[in-house]
Amino acid sequence: MSAADRLSAGAVLRLAARMLGRDWRAGEQRVLAVALIVAVASLTTVAFFADRVGRTLSREANQLLGADLVVVSDVPIAESFRSEARRLGLAVNEAVRFPSMTQAKDRALLTEVKAVSAGYPLRGKLRIRESAAGPDFEPARIPAPGSVWVDDRLLRRLDVSIGDRVAVGERGFTVAAMVSEEPESSAGFLNLGPRLMFNMDDLASTALVQVGSRVSYRLFVAGDTQRVAAFRDYAAQTIRPGQRVEDIREARPEINSALTRAERFLGLSALLTVILAGVAVALAARRYLQRHLDACAIMRCLGASQTLILTLHVLQFAIIGLIASAIGCAIGFLCQYLLAALLAPIVSVSLPAPGWLPVLQGLIAGFVLLFGFALPPLMALKKVPTLRVLRRDLGAPDSFGLSAYLLGGAAMSGLILWQAQDPKLGMYVLGGVLGTMMASAVLTLLVLRLLSSFSRGAGLNWRFGLANLRRRTMGTVIQVIALGLGMMALILLTLVRSDLLESWQRSLPPDAPNRFLVNIQPDQAGAITDFFAGRQLQPPALFPMIRGRLVEVNGKPVSSKDYVEDRARRLIDREFNLSWAEKMQPGNVIVAGRWFAASDAGKPLLSVEEGIAKTLGLKLGDDLTYDIGGSRLTATISSLRTVDWDSFRVNFFVIAPPGVLERYPGSFVTSLHLPASQSVVMDEIVKRFPNLLVIDVAAILAQVQRMMDQVVRAIEFVFLFSLAAGLLVLFAAVSSTHDERVFDAAVMRTLGAVSAQLRAVQVAEFLLIGALAGLLAAVGASAVGFVLAKQVLNVPYSIDAWIWLVGLVAGAIGVAIAGLLGTAKVLRTPPMQVFRASA
Amino acid sequence: MTKQVSTGTTTLTILQDVSLEIAAGEACAILGASGSGKTTLLALLAGLDVPTAGEVHINGANLFALDEDGRARLRRNQVGFVFQSFQLLPALTALENVMLPLELAGNDGAREKAAAWLARVGLAERLEHYPRQLSGGEQQRVAVARAFAAEPRLLFADEPTGNLDSATGEEIISLMFALNRESHTTLLLVTHDEAIARRCPRQLRLAAGRLTADERR
Repeated sequence: MSAADRLSAGAVLRLAARMLGRDWRAGEQRVLAVALIVAVASLTTVAFFADRVGRTLSREANQLLGADLVVVSDVPIAESFRSEARRLGLAVNEAVRFPSMTQAKDRALLTEVKAVSAGYPLRGKLRIRESAAGPDFEPARIPAPGSVWVDDRLLRRLDVSIGDRVAVGERGFTVAAMVSEEPESSAGFLNLGPRLMFNMDDLASTALVQVGSRVSYRLFVAGDTQRVAAFRDYAAQTIRPGQRVEDIREARPEINSALTRAERFLGLSALLTVILAGVAVALAARRYLQRHLDACAIMRCLGASQTLILTLHVLQFAIIGLIASAIGCAIGFLCQYLLAALLAPIVSVSLPAPGWLPVLQGLIAGFVLLFGFALPPLMALKKVPTLRVLRRDLGAPDSFGLSAYLLGGAAMSGLILWQAQDPKLGMYVLGGVLGTMMASAVLTLLVLRLLSSFSRGAGLNWRFGLANLRRRTMGTVIQVIALGLGMMALILLTLVRSDLLESWQRSLPPDAPNRFLVNIQPDQAGAITDFFAGRQLQPPALFPMIRGRLVEVNGKPVSSKDYVEDRARRLIDREFNLSWAEKMQPGNVIVAGRWFAASDAGKPLLSVEEGIAKTLGLKLGDDLTYDIGGSRLTATISSLRTVDWDSFRVNFFVIAPPGVLERYPGSFVTSLHLPASQSVVMDEIVKRFPNLLVIDVAAILAQVQRMMDQVVRAIEFVFLFSLAAGLLVLFAAVSSTHDERVFDAAVMRTLGAVSAQLRAVQVAEFLLIGALAGLLAAVGASAVGFVLAKQVLNVPYSIDAWIWLVGLVAGAIGVAIAGLLGTAKVLRTPPMQVFRASA
Repeated sequence: MTKQVSTGTTTLTILQDVSLEIAAGEACAILGASGSGKTTLLALLAGLDVPTAGEVHINGANLFALDEDGRARLRRNQVGFVFQSFQLLPALTALENVMLPLELAGNDGAREKAAAWLARVGLAERLEHYPRQLSGGEQQRVAVARAFAAEPRLLFADEPTGNLDSATGEEIISLMFALNRESHTTLLLVTHDEAIARRCPRQLRLAAGRLTADERR
């Protein structure tokens, strides 16, 4: 019968608690506990936030949708849908959405306009305020003809108040109310534009729905679940290309994917903390093992079974795990409010309180982390040979090698895959982490070897510091990697980010177009040219634009279901902008085939942008069939082009030679550079041509930049945890070598070393670690920056040696200071006490 | 000199009113059973520990009037050590271990001097070996070379053969005494081995923290 069998469960628990109390006072579990707290806090901060966003999206799906089911179309929806819905006894109403300029006084503002029919919305809440200070309430009916309801962004940016007049298209309206809450305003990055709503009966009088306008028709239905399902079946069979059915299950509109991605990125940033914390836990558990081998050997001599020893230690760790994870969850709960505040402008809906699921996630992650890294040493403790009582050199059982970290590695990989929520992304991250670690390890080993071959002539401190690093090669590599990862994240977010933004902004010529004019009707072309000429401005070149849907490739019908990639699906679902041109735009380069010759005029040929061809799997010689306003056009791809999109010139994915597309109805588009001093010209042109859309590139860029700054700030906030974890690793590493350092210092004191000399030796060691980690971080950050510049931003990026220097110096100094603080006690211990303890 | 250690509730007296004087160039053994306080006495004489009461003067300098760094400086120039468990730094090679006291004292030519001392203890071929690659006897030779390298006026040896077999122990003792004669160092040797003690002209005996005998031959 084993000892565990004889002891009651309560007695074992009490014994474990007593052991924990003893070890805690000795300070051995503190690093471990703090590492767990940091990891769990970082994970749950993001998890709580994600949970709140998730709740908004699922609980308020009706609010986002405005109905139980919506048919969305870019052509007017056939009457048959309406009659079928009514036949099924469903409530029906409609909206038409499109972008338009709204004018007030002398200003014009790009606005998201929505014309609604009576009964809107079928589901979700619409709340308005009829005076600035008044209460908001749910209105009984939609805006009366001749009046509009607008949101506060429009009021602010046009500087109007309730009761003022505004113009939309060719119609004037009175602002009757401010909308404080409305359906279809989703949580997402792209919810930028101010919004305006009026009665469907006023739509025709605005004269805004014309050929080439980007209009979205929406048919809303609501009612009994089974009837809605029946209507869904009908609609799914009846819709044509360019139409789709959205219901609550698909209520995450595509713009939410940006927010989802940000969430995922935050989650992965939090994972970096978890990885670093895992390293700290591993180091702390190893030290714990080394310090408890003797005690366990003695306990075994006194008759404790292996099971009892393991049970006691596992219980002890479980108590730590529970308490530390709980504290971590509490910190995470508080920090997510900060994260939500940082991201508030992007989320743009009010978030509900978080649920309890993240607590469970935090606890699970905490335990996986703890036992992934602490269980192997505990198993080793259980197997400690009793003979160690007599022969102390019988060290830890050999199972505590690299293989012991396999469990930890597996636990970590599991956490990464879980957090990434996407096997492909998870594998990328995992590969990236492993690759970075291996590269760092190789580099660290290489530098250590290189330095030591040069160190013979160096002074005592450097030689001794280096000798210490080489003696604990594995420990040194782990320390350098952990610190390096933490610092890399910071360098990337600060120095490299501003570098990238600058090179991108530099890559834009100062006279790059800053305004786009869209929706110019053919009969307005001449008047527009005259308008510019009349103001002594160079009339911009107008480019024809015809909207058509890709329906067949090489005679075979295509559907978005044939494609996996999101972008490809969107491209198939939406209408393409087609154009024709005799000459190629500057910045375009032919990569396959040839540009149209003069003799190609009138032939059914197409020049296609290379990226879109790749996305859709198109190649030179393919026949594409487009549906343009009901008639079909088939043409052959005769060239592929690359396009410099960053030039902000008007460019098209698909271009035909002259004489092919002219017979189809279309509109014109142009871009121009307008100096800031002349920006009033745009207000005038909108007044003259109210159907035009003016897109202010600079304003959009500024807005995107502001949002990016907010996201970056949120990510930086999450990375603060990573930095804390990196410092913890340093601290854990320093304390895991604490006994050795104390011994070294005692010997040196005996040989006549004064405090300054002892400190210098320590500093040399920490400076080397810090410099290595800093350099590694800078190299890694530069590499990531380089890849981002080349692959994503498409700008030249020169690797900045300055960053390397900053990384090296800041790393060296930071680590030296942290290390010295951690080893202050080493200098205070009298030598003889050390020798007695180690004898 | 008195040394007391407080262990929570009780106060343990390790050394009680020990008083002694050792002349320059003398070789002196401190004998006693385990727990008699001999290692503590040695540590106090070298300033590695602080007494509860009393003073130690080395060449006129009052050890405990100095601070920890002051005592370290004094040891650097005047004191060498050989320990029972060698106390070599595991990260450093044999040569670097011997160079250490020379470098701490800012001596020029530390490398050459250290190599010469290692040659004198018979380890000319093992300069670049690390302690873990050396046998116990070889490690103690390195420690002896390290103790003599800085040419101290005082050498403290704490059971230098305690961790060695008798044949190796004998070699180390012979080596130490030979080097001691050549360099006219004052030697203080802690041991419980009467045979080794008899090689010193003067023997002090400790029992229960008190000096019980001071014999000269």
